[in-house]
Amino acid sequence: MNEFSSAVAAALSMIATLNADLIEIVLLSLQVSLSAVVIASIIALPLGALIALQSFPGRRAVVILLNALMGLPPVVVGLLVYLLLSRAGPLGSMGLLFTPTAMVIAQSIIVLPIIAALSRQTIADLHEEYDEHLRSLGCTRMQSIATLLWDGRFRLLTAIMAGFGRAIAEVGAVIIVGGNIQHATRVMTTTIALETSKGNLALALGLGLILVTLALGVNAAALVISDAARRRYG
Amino acid sequence: MEKPDDHPLLPLVARGVKFGINGRQIIKDVSFWIGSSGRTVILGPNGAGKSVMLRLCHGLLQPSSGEIRWGDLSIAAAREQQAMASQHPVLLRRTVRDNLLHVLRVKGVPRSERQALVDAALEQAGLAGLGARAARTLSGGQQQRLAIARAFVLKPKVLLLDEPTTNLDPAAARGVEELIGAIGAAGTKILMTTHDIAQARRLAADVMFLNDGRLLEHAPAAEFFTSPKDPVAAGFLAGELPA
Repeated sequence: MNEFSSAVAAALSMIATLNADLIEIVLLSLQVSLSAVVIASIIALPLGALIALQSFPGRRAVVILLNALMGLPPVVVGLLVYLLLSRAGPLGSMGLLFTPTAMVIAQSIIVLPIIAALSRQTIADLHEEYDEHLRSLGCTRMQSIATLLWDGRFRLLTAIMAGFGRAIAEVGAVIIVGGNIQHATRVMTTTIALETSKGNLALALGLGLILVTLALGVNAAALVISDAARRRYG
Repeated sequence: MEKPDDHPLLPLVARGVKFGINGRQIIKDVSFWIGSSGRTVILGPNGAGKSVMLRLCHGLLQPSSGEIRWGDLSIAAAREQQAMASQHPVLLRRTVRDNLLHVLRVKGVPRSERQALVDAALEQAGLAGLGARAARTLSGGQQQRLAIARAFVLKPKVLLLDEPTTNLDPAAARGVEELIGAIGAAGTKILMTTHDIAQARRLAADVMFLNDGRLLEHAPAAEFFTSPKDPVAAGFLAGELPA
C-alpha cells in the first residue's frame, strides 16, 4: 500500500510539474488520435450521408456491415496494418511501420466505421423527418445533404467525439504498428502498458490519471452537448 | 365551359385520380375542376384521404392513375410556385430566423434581399422579436404560424395547408386563421384541408367534400352549407359522420 501511495504522489507531482516525458507522451497521443479522427471524419461523414440517402441494391447489408465494423477489435486492425506496412508487405517500401503515421492510419481505420455508422443513423433519421418539407421546397440533392448535415450538427459532433474516445483509449493497434519506441511512438496507452510491466508505477499512474480524465471528459462533454442541443433546438 | 380566374396556376384540374398504397386504395377515382382563386377547403372526416389528396396536388405523391394539372403546367413545374405547410410543422433545428433564411437560400434569393423578406414574414406572422428563438421551442400556435409564414415568404401563387389548426387550442387556431385570411386576401390561391365544419364555414369560398377516397360534392360554400346535395355530406354537416 505504501508503494502504491508513494507512486500516486509521484504521479501527481509529475503532472503538477509538467514532467517533460509525460507531456511528450500526452501530446503525441493527442496528435495521433486527433489526426485519426479528422481523417476518418472526412471520409465517414459523407459516406454515412451517402448510405443514408442513396438507395442501392444491398444497402441493408452495407448498413449491417457498417454497424458490425464498430466492433472491429483494434488489435486485429493493428495486425492488418502491420502486415500492409511491413517490409514484406505491399506498402513496405514507404517505410511507415513504427512511425506515428502508421498509428494514425490504424486508428483512422478503427474509428471510421464508428463515425460512419453513427452519422448514417443521424442523417437517416433527419431525412425521414425532413424529406417531405425539403421536397416541397424543391431542394437539390446537395442542398438536402447540406441541410441534413447542419441540422444534425450536434449529433454528428457527438459521433466524432465517440470516435475520439475510442481512439485515445485503444492500445492494441498502436502498440503493434507503432512499436512503443521511446521519443517516437510512445503514447499514453502503450506507455501505461510498458511501465506497469516494468513496475514503474509513477509514470503509468500519472498517464492513467490524464487518460481517464480525457476519456471520461470527452464522453461527459458529448452527453452535455447533446442534451443542451436537444433542449435548445429540439 | 366556365372560365377560370386570372391566375397562372388555375384551373386546377384532376382527372380520374387514383392512389393506393400497400394494396389499400386511398383515393378512388377523383375528378374536379377548380377555377376560382378564392379559398378552397377540402372537407371530410378523418381518413377520407384529404391529406393524400393535398399531397397529390402538390406533387409529393404520384397518382397510380389519372392526372393532375395546374393551368398549363405539369405538377413538377407548378410545385415551384407553390408552398405547403403540413399538419405537424416540420421546423428545422435552428432559430426562427434561420428557418426562414433556409427557404430563401434554397430558392436562390440574393443575399441582399433576404433580411427584408425575413423581417416582413416575421411581422406578418406576429413573430417579430422571436427571430433569435430556437424554432422548436415556440408554442404550437407559433410554430404553425412560422410554418405558414415560411411557406409564404416568397409569395407563392398557391399555398397548400394540411389541417393547419387541428392540433391547436382555440386561441392559437384563431391566430392561424387570421394569418390564412390575410394571405388569401393578398391574392394567393389557398387550398386547405380540414375536418372542422365550423372552420370550413369561416374560411371557405368553395368546398370539396371528400369521404372514403371519393369526392362526393364540390360547390360554392354558401350553397354547400345551406343545402348540400350529397346525402353523406348532409349527414356529415349534421354531425352524423364522425369528424
